[in-house]
Amino acid sequence: MAVAEPRAMKRRPVYLNLAQIRLPLPGLLSILHRISGAALFLAGIPLLLAGVAASLASPESYAQLKSWLSNPLAKLVLIGFVWAYLHHFCAGIRYLFLDLDTGMDLPSARRSSVIVFAVSLALTLIIGARLW
Amino acid sequence: MVKLRQTVGAHYGLKDWLIQRLTAVVMVVYTLLLLGVALWNGGMQYATWRGLFDHALFKLASFLFMVSLLYHAWIGMRDIYMDYLKHVAVRLTLETITVLVLIAYLGWTCQILWGRT
Repeated sequence: MAVAEPRAMKRRPVYLNLAQIRLPLPGLLSILHRISGAALFLAGIPLLLAGVAASLASPESYAQLKSWLSNPLAKLVLIGFVWAYLHHFCAGIRYLFLDLDTGMDLPSARRSSVIVFAVSLALTLIIGARLW
Repeated sequence: MVKLRQTVGAHYGLKDWLIQRLTAVVMVVYTLLLLGVALWNGGMQYATWRGLFDHALFKLASFLFMVSLLYHAWIGMRDIYMDYLKHVAVRLTLETITVLVLIAYLGWTCQILWGRT
């Protein structure tokens, strides 16, 4: 890329003060997509496997897991992972549409990012309320 | 597209880009399937849940979901490392650990799905 368009490399504004950057909504969606993905890898996958293993092993271990998850702190953590999965899921579907060249203009891209936040947060609320 | 192609067997990431999307689609389908089963049964008691995982086809679908998830996680984590870790030794170390952990998760998945319970 650098070889093909040397002029584009010249004098771009660089402003990387993390404390002052105000991301537009699609930018916030993007960084949360990355953060939720990393969290799902670091803690989500091992917890998922441990949870599924315990839930399937025996009726006793299923009941044991259920009683652990009745702890309010455990519920909050679980709801956190539900949100991470749903945000990553919805934002990912948005990216699939963008890859298909759908909704590429700025107003559409902003609207779809609003939809991603609305849907993922609403579903988190519904599932969270059921879990609680 | 990249114009100057290096003759060092360099991969330009198109394959990974595509796999990242295909594995995502597999996971969307499985998630909706599981959600549908849960809604159909009005929740998941132990017997329903265990019975679901006793189906050979559901085991296979779960396995394909996990393979997709682990491959997807690899590409995503590799992208994050490439963006933030400029020190080659640090990056290579973390990439190696990540691959080993993901392969271990696949082994764990097989044990859960087909192992002696």
